[in-house]
Amino acid sequence: MKTLLLALCFALSLGHSALAQTRSVQDVLQSQRALIEESSRRTIGPAIDALVASGLPQIQKVLEIWQAKDMWQRKADGLFFTATKEADGTYRLRDFDQGADVGTAAASDLRQLKPNSGVRAMIATALVQFQLSDPDVAKRADALDSIARDPEVALLAPLRASIKGETDADILARKTRLERLMSMAYDSDVATRVAAINDMSGDLGVDFRATLNPILSVTRVVSKTRPEANIAQKLIVGSDALTRDAAYALLVAAGDAPVEITADARDATLEAHIDGGRVAGFPAAQLSTEVARDAAYDALVARDLAAPRVTQADIDASLATYRFFDVYAEPSQAVTDAAEAALAASETRVAISQAADLGLDALSLASIYFLAAIGLAITFGVMGVINMAHGEFIMMGAYTGYVVQMFVPNHTVSILISVPLAFAVTFAAGVALERLVVRWLYHRPLETLLATFGVSIALQQLAKNIFGTQARPLTSPPWLDGAWVINDVVSISYIRIAIFILALLFLALFLFIMKRTRLGLETRAVTQNPRMAASMGINPDRVNMLTFGLGSGIAGIAGVAIGLFAKVTSEMGSDYIVQSFMTVVVGGVGNIWGTLAGAAMIGGFQKGVEFLNPSNTLAAQTYMIIFIIIFIQFRPRGIIALKGRAAGD
Amino acid sequence: MNRSFIARNPSVLIFLALLALFTLVVTGLSEGFGIGFISTSFVKVLGKTLCLCLIAIAMDLIWGYTGILSLGHFAFFGLGGYMIGMWLMYERTRQIVENALSEGVLPPTPEEIETGIGNQIFGVVGSSDFPLIWAFADSFVLQLAFVVLVPGILALVFGWLAFRSRVTGVYLSILTQAMTLGLSLYLFQNASGLRGNNGLSGLQNLPGVTAPQSVVSLWFFWASALALALGYLLVAWVVSGKFGSVIRGIRDNEARVRFLGYSVETYKLAVFTLTACISGIAGALYYPQAGIINPAEVAPIASIYLAVWVAIGGRGRLYGAVIGTAFVSLVSSWFTGGQAPDVPLGFYTVKWVDWWLVLLGLSFVMVTLYAPKGIGGLIDLLKRKRKDADA
Repeated sequence: MKTLLLALCFALSLGHSALAQTRSVQDVLQSQRALIEESSRRTIGPAIDALVASGLPQIQKVLEIWQAKDMWQRKADGLFFTATKEADGTYRLRDFDQGADVGTAAASDLRQLKPNSGVRAMIATALVQFQLSDPDVAKRADALDSIARDPEVALLAPLRASIKGETDADILARKTRLERLMSMAYDSDVATRVAAINDMSGDLGVDFRATLNPILSVTRVVSKTRPEANIAQKLIVGSDALTRDAAYALLVAAGDAPVEITADARDATLEAHIDGGRVAGFPAAQLSTEVARDAAYDALVARDLAAPRVTQADIDASLATYRFFDVYAEPSQAVTDAAEAALAASETRVAISQAADLGLDALSLASIYFLAAIGLAITFGVMGVINMAHGEFIMMGAYTGYVVQMFVPNHTVSILISVPLAFAVTFAAGVALERLVVRWLYHRPLETLLATFGVSIALQQLAKNIFGTQARPLTSPPWLDGAWVINDVVSISYIRIAIFILALLFLALFLFIMKRTRLGLETRAVTQNPRMAASMGINPDRVNMLTFGLGSGIAGIAGVAIGLFAKVTSEMGSDYIVQSFMTVVVGGVGNIWGTLAGAAMIGGFQKGVEFLNPSNTLAAQTYMIIFIIIFIQFRPRGIIALKGRAAGD
Repeated sequence: MNRSFIARNPSVLIFLALLALFTLVVTGLSEGFGIGFISTSFVKVLGKTLCLCLIAIAMDLIWGYTGILSLGHFAFFGLGGYMIGMWLMYERTRQIVENALSEGVLPPTPEEIETGIGNQIFGVVGSSDFPLIWAFADSFVLQLAFVVLVPGILALVFGWLAFRSRVTGVYLSILTQAMTLGLSLYLFQNASGLRGNNGLSGLQNLPGVTAPQSVVSLWFFWASALALALGYLLVAWVVSGKFGSVIRGIRDNEARVRFLGYSVETYKLAVFTLTACISGIAGALYYPQAGIINPAEVAPIASIYLAVWVAIGGRGRLYGAVIGTAFVSLVSSWFTGGQAPDVPLGFYTVKWVDWWLVLLGLSFVMVTLYAPKGIGGLIDLLKRKRKDADA
């Protein structure tokens, strides 16, 4: 059934198959024998065309054999065969028409046809139209790739012919799209081209814009009168599109005006005319200003030793006599108008999509900041302890993930192990830090800052000593590879989605612990009034220790998540510490929603500045910090400020 | 007035005498004027250490006496270095360019010289035009004024914004840290006009000076010693009078001082700006000895180390800041310079290049926990007398 269908579409694509009954492949090959033997890129075209035009069903096979250098010619009568080497060193020949065995021949009696790469490329182009209807889906896709890479007028007709018989939906969609794109560029009928352009107007694809751009390409034309051509615009000298200098350069290039004497050319002329230390009477040693050099040059001009300088008045006079136009290479105004409109529509939609993409980026950055800051929201926000080693807890978490991956090769399993393990490791580290250092400094916040900073540099150096200075990989499981592609502009990698979800989970976890558990209740009681809490039977030391451990543990899990997309180094913690504190401070200390708002604001602002100045991410961070410093002026206690007694001091 | 101030602070005299003695000894042992026992590069290390002591005094004034833990004073230090570096680099490049161009057939025009200097300085960031901030780079006097003015004005604006909205304590510390991070990120851009991450280089060469580095290094050493002496005198005088009492009051209980009718913000702003100016001068003396300045110098970590030095030396006493800075930075360069002997433990050899920071970090924790008065506290123990004002 399938064969029948293919045979049918073959018959449709090559309408004149009736001819096949009367002529053989050998006849066609013999008719082009001279060209085939010459096998030159410049002359082979008609031969290939003749082969294709013959419409014989074996042509595809013949072209493939020719391309693969398996076509041989018998010297005696000049007939072409395909040949395979026999065990005894002779070649077994088969004819192309029926595949009949026509006996063997010695290598000396045969000539192998060796088309060079240029000829083979032309054969490949000719083959594309056969491959478009090939039974193999992969071959059809390859053929489409090849056309899309290197579209040609000649391929439009076979492409159109192949659409009708297409059975595969994906390939059909690609064929249709390619046909539209090629129609707008190559069709001979203006109405068809305009229709194709209008069909796809507003499309987001890069290929669509890439097809329109050559249609809209312009050349600059200098002329005294309005040229008879498809004019894109008349240029006004001195505008942004055409500066005065550029306009004059065009005139010079067209040979319509003399070349301006540049300072370098003037100096070279002066140097060439130094005679006994003087140039046209001026002492060379005194030519140390522009004015003096101009005067000396003018003196040379007066003696007919140099070309006169072009004055500004000369330039103005020349420019006034000419008009400047941008002229489309495309002659049809209907096509260029439609293309302009379609491109404008596309650009609007691209801009909208870019805004959406920017929003996603900002969201993703915000969730990273939130993730890095949420542990801090507990230790700093709730307990009021400045932990400068927080960044190093993030780093410890990431290194835990790396170590687990060294022992557990399956990335999915290793991530599942490393998340609780990272929590355990950093929880323990946090508890140790609280018991050994922070506990003794609760009433001296500035000293907590310094002591934990000491811990931070010690941990950082320790990690450097253990793991070295080079970045360590933390590979994400395969199901997190790749990206969710919405269209050609908007896409987001799965890892960033995972981090966003993780951030939401942490938010829920934080709220649950603080509002719904005994630990959360005790934590809130101890932070508000430790003595009162103690008199209610709560052990403040234990609560502080556990809360600090919890905040540190969450930092460890955040470290695993951050390590999945950023490099794991001993310095990764310090990359996040200032931003994390900013996030908490801007958001408002002691309120998780504030941290969320802070992360969203900082992430959004940073991406926004990057969008306005995409080449410069450093500038974005600088402006973000200036913005934060100014923001703090107006809301010193952050976006969501605690009020009343809870605000404390 | 001055007599009584010195009389009330004998430690100032002792410090100045020791500093003078130290300067004389180093000069006598140097390669430039003495017997050559101390190498030129070590003279530079000592000179740089003196500059660090100067900024440490400023840090002590703002932190130890006023209670504001600024984690951004290296921004002012770096700015001072950049300001003097602009002049040094411009003048030296101008001489090189003029020499090169004067070999041509025609004498160079001012425009050619300007373009040549621009290409030399900014070629590395793909530009040849002078940014606006280099407008006065050819004037030594103006750039010298900028060494004080630029950090001072930045501190004035930043401090006014911060103190006005009553940002205090750790919030202020983090905000100052953000300031220096912002400055360093800004300077890292090529578009900043200060050569991006290349920074300014060749600063050890004084334009128009043919004396060898062994002599120039001593000039800078003397200048650093003089600046440290003057800075010490100035800060000691500031903290000894009524002004000193008020800022100590702010450190100990800000609200109470405010209720007594003092304008706390003005005092804080004055101290913040003054210390920024001192930091700028220290930086302007430091970087010609270092030879190069780049944006990494003003990264937040530098300012935190400054706090570490002052804390280890002992806050709230000026000689403590000097001792802490000199001790930690010299020991630090000894350990990280690879001169310290490795400790073989049999199964593992402790290389100090790797382990020094761990030791520093942990000793810093220890000092904060167990010796909040730092090394200066040891002097108290020796003297067996307490300074109640610094409690």
